[in-house]
Amino acid sequence: MRPAMRVLRLQGFPIFRQLQLEERLMHKTDENWCIFNNGTSPPTIVMGVSGSPEELLDVDAVSRDGIPVVRRFSGGGTVIVDEDTLFVTLICSRKAIPSLELFPRTILKWTGELYKNVFWDNPDFTVHEQDYAFGQTKIAGNAESISKDRWLHHTSFLWDYSPPRMAYLTIPRRAPAYRLGRSHGDFICKLKDYLSYREELAELLEDALGRHFFLERTRLEDVDEEEYKHRTQFVELLRSPI
Amino acid sequence: MALRSMAAQAATILRIRCQPHLAQALAIPLARGFATTVPIPQDLKFLESHEWVKVESGTGTVGISDHAQHELGDVVFADLPEIGSSVTKGKNFGVVESVKACSDIYSPVSGEVIEVNEEVKQTPALVNKNAFGEGWLIKVKMSNVSDLDGLMDPAAYEEHVKSGGH
Repeated sequence: MRPAMRVLRLQGFPIFRQLQLEERLMHKTDENWCIFNNGTSPPTIVMGVSGSPEELLDVDAVSRDGIPVVRRFSGGGTVIVDEDTLFVTLICSRKAIPSLELFPRTILKWTGELYKNVFWDNPDFTVHEQDYAFGQTKIAGNAESISKDRWLHHTSFLWDYSPPRMAYLTIPRRAPAYRLGRSHGDFICKLKDYLSYREELAELLEDALGRHFFLERTRLEDVDEEEYKHRTQFVELLRSPI
Repeated sequence: MALRSMAAQAATILRIRCQPHLAQALAIPLARGFATTVPIPQDLKFLESHEWVKVESGTGTVGISDHAQHELGDVVFADLPEIGSSVTKGKNFGVVESVKACSDIYSPVSGEVIEVNEEVKQTPALVNKNAFGEGWLIKVKMSNVSDLDGLMDPAAYEEHVKSGGH
């Protein structure tokens, strides 16, 4: 019998609130979840748990333009997200997939197979190191949070992106080998060049998830708002002295 | 010593000025690349979640296993508790970050944190290099010796790993 998974589809939900919601669902429930958010507002920079603004951002430009910066609870790199970012988050209990050992590579292998079914008609879909890619270009960044009995895997797909906004991010010191020093524009591709419409990603994903889970649509207002001490917080930036 | 020599030769080939701290920095990834199965020290006890404890005179030294570091990948950050804080057996006391993932780490024993491995905080790759030795994470003044009951001995932990770690 397939385990149940609650599916939450959001539209333009602020990423800070989404991350805090995910953190709460990961740590305060034992249910399985799929969260799909079609875009976010305002444009926001999101760093991993150990991200350093001075290393990863053009701090002066970010401060000058008032771009919010969030440090999330999961690992991984830095992204800038906006109305053209599609978010997919999976939160699962160990017992949902008992054969899955809860380590980053094994989880990515499982989700990689899931997304291979999502992008079934694109033979170039692959997993490069820890990225989802079409051929040699990255289609999505992802990150994980793993506890003893639960795991979370969240992914941000670029339906489209704004090169000026990308310029807020520096090329990270630690980059996957297949990046080969390429600029953001040469390294990343746009999902709109591969899918017909934005909601198609959610529909394909639900088809793929339905093979493993019994899906139950859920509304945001039906999700419990339990108290939780979040690690996800806004970051205050210090501009360099003039 | 052999790894330091190899790193020095690599640095020469790559035309890098070989200062001792750079040679050491190169040695750590080289050590990881040449790592083989590490024997499990026989004086450790384990949680199912792959943390170990070594008890000496009522103090437990805690770390993660070599299997865990291998499965996590390159450890890039360790968030550890403050000295003086309390930890509880089976409860989360910190996280290690490995490239794209944050993984909770659990304490095999209860008590007060009396030491935190500052070298690991500075150089998280030490966890990969020597998970059972210099990659230790915290030291705990144990509040209850019976916490060791129910922990796995090395043979049981090895079986646990072979069976897929469940």
